[in-house]
Order: sequence, then C-alpha cells, then structure tokens
Amino acid sequence: MAATRGMVLALTVLLAVVLQVSVFSYLTVAGVAPNLALLVVVAVALVRGPDLAAVVGFLAGLAVDLAPPADHVAGRWALALVIVGYLAGRVRPDARTSAFAAVVTVAACSFVGTSVYAMGGMLLHDPDLSAVDALGVIGVSVGYDVLLTPFVLPLLMRLFRRLDPQQAAY
Amino acid sequence: MKDHGRRPSRGLLVLLLLACFTVITLDVQGGSHSPVAPLRAAAGTVFGPVEDAAATAVRPFRAVPQFFHTTGGLRAEVARLHAQNDALRGRLATSTYARNQAAELDGLLRTSRDTGYALVPARVIAMGAAQSFTRTVTIDAGTSSGVYPDMTVLNNDGLVGRVVRANRTTATVLLIVDQESVVGGRLGSSMELGFLRGRGETGSAGRLDLQLVDRSVIPRHGDVVVSWGSNDDRPYVAGIPIGRVESVRSSPRELSTRAVIAPFVDFSSLDLVGVVVNPDTHSDRPLIKAGRIASAGGAPLASTAGGGR
Repeated sequence: MAATRGMVLALTVLLAVVLQVSVFSYLTVAGVAPNLALLVVVAVALVRGPDLAAVVGFLAGLAVDLAPPADHVAGRWALALVIVGYLAGRVRPDARTSAFAAVVTVAACSFVGTSVYAMGGMLLHDPDLSAVDALGVIGVSVGYDVLLTPFVLPLLMRLFRRLDPQQAAY
Repeated sequence: MKDHGRRPSRGLLVLLLLACFTVITLDVQGGSHSPVAPLRAAAGTVFGPVEDAAATAVRPFRAVPQFFHTTGGLRAEVARLHAQNDALRGRLATSTYARNQAAELDGLLRTSRDTGYALVPARVIAMGAAQSFTRTVTIDAGTSSGVYPDMTVLNNDGLVGRVVRANRTTATVLLIVDQESVVGGRLGSSMELGFLRGRGETGSAGRLDLQLVDRSVIPRHGDVVVSWGSNDDRPYVAGIPIGRVESVRSSPRELSTRAVIAPFVDFSSLDLVGVVVNPDTHSDRPLIKAGRIASAGGAPLASTAGGGR
C-alpha cells in the first residue's frame, strides 16, 4: 500500500512538472505559467501535514530544477518548495476551515515560494535580476496560481485523501 | 485523528533544507563540471520523451481556444450545431496549423539555401516559465540527431539561441533574450561590431540591448543586426539576422551608446527551429542542406520533424 501511495504521489508530481513546461507553456500570462508543482505540494500539506509535504516539496522541486528546459542552479526550486510544504502544513488546521482559507494559503505559498526562488537567484547572480522585475513576475505568478486553485486543489486533495483515509481523517 | 496535534518534525525540515543547500552549493561550485550534470542528464532522459508526448498531444489544439468565444445556447439543436461547428473548426484549426507549419518549413529551407548552413530540423516541446527567470526551451532533437552543446539554433525569422545541454533525444536551448545570453552582433550597414544582451522577456515586449565596441559609432534606426560569428562557429555562426535597431540612447555616464534591438524571432510562439550542424553529421533525421532536404536518415522529413497532417 505504501508503495502504491508513493507511486501515485510520484506520478502526480511528474505529471504536474510536465504539464507546467509543455502544455501550460501555451497558456502563459506575460510569460508566467501556473506553478502546478507548488499546488501539488500545498495539496499534500493540507491533507497530510508538513512532514510529508516537505519531502514531496523537496522531490518536486528537484524535478522542476532538473527537468529540461531548466537551466538555473539546481536546488533552488527544491528549497522554495520545502519551505512551502512546511508552511502550508503548519497552517493546515486553519486552512482547512473554508475554501477561502485554502485559496489564501495558496496565494501565500505561491508568494513565498516564488520569492524564495527569486531571492536565491539574486544571491547567486543566476541571473542578476532586479527586485522590481522579480516582484512583477511574482505578482502575476501568485494571481495565476490562485486562478487555478479552484479547479486543481480540490481534485488533488480528494485524490490524496482517498489514497490514505486514516492519515487524512482529521 | 492520528496526527492531530502532532508536532511537525524539525529534524526532517532541517535535513531537507541542508539537502537543498548541498545541491545548490554543488551545482554552483562545480560550474561546467558540476556533479549535478549527470542528474540533469538522467532527468532529461526521463522527462524528455514525456514532454515530447505531451507537446505532441496538445499541438493540434494550439489554435482552438480562440474559436470558443461565444457561449452556446441551451436548446438541443443549438448544442448539436455547436458540436458540429466546433468539430469543423477544430479541423480548420488543424489545417491552419498545418499551413503555418509548411510555411515555417519553407522558411527553414530558404534560410538554409541563403546561408549555406546544414540544419537539423527540430520542434520546441517545452518552454521555461517566466517565474524561473531563465528563458530556455526544450527541442525534440538530441545527440542521436547530431545536436550537441554550443550549436546555433535558428528559425525562418532569424537567430533563436544556442544549445546549452543535449541528451539523446532532447536538447535545452538558451534563447538570446535570456538575461545571461550575450551574442556578438554586427550592424548590417556599417559592419560595426557589438554585443547583444537579452532582457529576460519573451513575447512582443522582448528586446535586446546592443552595446557597440566602437563607442563613437551611433547605430541608425531600422538598421539590421546580424550575428558576428564565433571562432569555429561555436556557439554562434555568422550572418544570421537577429533584429532591427528600434531606438538609440546614449548617456554620458556610460560613455557609450546603447541601442535597443527588436528581435525578428517571436519567442513566445516558437515551433519549428533548425540547429546548425556540420554537413557531414550523422543524424537519425534528414538534414536540410543548401535549401534541400537531404535524405540522410532515409525517412521523409514529415515523419520526423513534422509529425503533422
């Protein structure tokens, strides 16, 4: 059973990463594609808590870092998504109270995740980007993630809940 | 009820954060011989074919969304007609797409004839998002087609970028609009040399900054910039059109004039591209040589590069 769970989680992450770069690259807003991997991590965090979400965040982040056409320093998205998984898991008791709270959680996570990633780039000069440019992109990115949340997050949460009813019952 | 109120594990979080920092440090310190490179190659081998399949699946529908502006009526008849209409329009969209594709291929053949370079045709299967702050795309040709790092990538409009990494079946291309990209350019009218830097934006707002080597030269509005060409044609071959001078600004502080270049290539709708290779390259797909499709691999071009109807 644990193996099946792991497989489903891994497949979901793989699918999210692939859709993000290949399908949603045709549906970008100002070049920004929705961060599906982040939504998967948030869904795991809301259903299963911070521990598993941080691990899934690490693996999903590494996948985003390594899958072509990524060309930035590896580990940056992994760092961002570990933090996102942990934070979303910590606010889980509050975030599960209403749909609105879940949307706010996604917005906060998207902001924190993309900002951590952008700040890593600024520190490493990879590339040397200005805070103003970064903030613009982060804003669009948060908006797009929030826009997609009602369609994606309930599906993912239902999937993860069904995967492990005992752990998820709460 | 099991994990209600259970404290999240600090140790695990610290461990994961340390793992992230380790990966980042290894990748930064390693430079071009980074220990992460084999991992990237492995990820490319796994993700490349999946991205290719996903891109192939959605490709015919790229033109479809614009046909769904009207909301359908409620009656069955209207619904039925809508369904029929959409089916026909879907077919129309695909044929428009096929026509565009044929035009792009024609353009690529023309480019090859005009420049004399041998090209490996390839398609863009994935694009990096703006929130990654690097402008890269994946193409569906890799080392098995003779594509290796530091090769020039172009399309029917002009210079696209260079290959930074190649797997067996896919390769990653750094677009010239990326902030890290620097291309040597030459002004068409005066033959003056300069360097073009990307601004990290694709789409219609994507621009390049040109800084000329000779500071006294002032580029003219509308002047065409072509690639200067690198030693041994790597990473950039010479004479590929890049863009047109859009505006010129000179500031006394910088002691030089900077020109803003509007690129010929539309980076947000990249599809068919060509990778400049040695004409004798062994490739599993036919090369485009001197404006003709050479039957190197035996298979007709449509089945390898086109895949379309």
